Amino acid sequence: MQISIRRHDETTIFDLSGDIDFANSPEVRQPLLREIRENRTPRVVVNLSQVRYIDSSGVASLVEGLKASRDLGSRFGLFGLSTAARETLQLSRLIKVFEVHENEEQALAS
Amino acid sequence: MLALYSNPRLLSVVRGAVERLTETLGFPAVECRSITRAVDEALTNIVRHSYGNRLDKPIAMYFRRTQRRHEGEVQHGLEILLCDHGPGVDPSKLRGRPLEEIRPGGLGLHFIRQAMDTVEFTRKGPTNRLRLVKFLASASDAS
Repeated sequence: MQISIRRHDETTIFDLSGDIDFANSPEVRQPLLREIRENRTPRVVVNLSQVRYIDSSGVASLVEGLKASRDLGSRFGLFGLSTAARETLQLSRLIKVFEVHENEEQALAS
Repeated sequence: MLALYSNPRLLSVVRGAVERLTETLGFPAVECRSITRAVDEALTNIVRHSYGNRLDKPIAMYFRRTQRRHEGEVQHGLEILLCDHGPGVDPSKLRGRPLEEIRPGGLGLHFIRQAMDTVEFTRKGPTNRLRLVKFLASASDAS
């Protein structure tokens, strides 16, 4: 799994790629929560287009990010859901609680 | 048979093996992914709950082809048995959580039950045994 972080105006973009599972989901959760809680970024969006696999612990990390954003009144969204990411989020029935965009352009314009 | 230690870094190795196996057995792509997801979540549960995140405990996985007669037709399938030597598990705690709740955690069991036709947990001597079975849809189901 690889993670890179970009900043665009008042939005921070997390680009995730590869497999997110129990072995490495803390590597996603920790920087996400730091960005939301410590850096107080107004909006965080996560690019899932290159995610080949995401397990329940990866989904849990995204839910934690969403809840932290809600607690602070900031925004949290997802875009570019790969087939694997979309399937897992749909199975968890959590896809409807996230702000989901087709691509980065739409995510930044929203 | 696959023998491994309870190191989460091995999860990706098992996923690769299960994905290739299910493809070879002829499962459709979406079911290859869901069976792989179920096995991954089951192994994660063993690592977390049965072995308390210790990295050096044994897990054995057995794979075999199976079949059943379903509505007059023979259905072929895959049976997967996962064995660990952690403490006994209360089967009543293997239910997962209601999906209506928006909170992290508790999704793994839901993914397992969603993917498989059979999910059975038993304790035999010092061994926890999780039996997962998935059958291929018969030709008449697919048409």
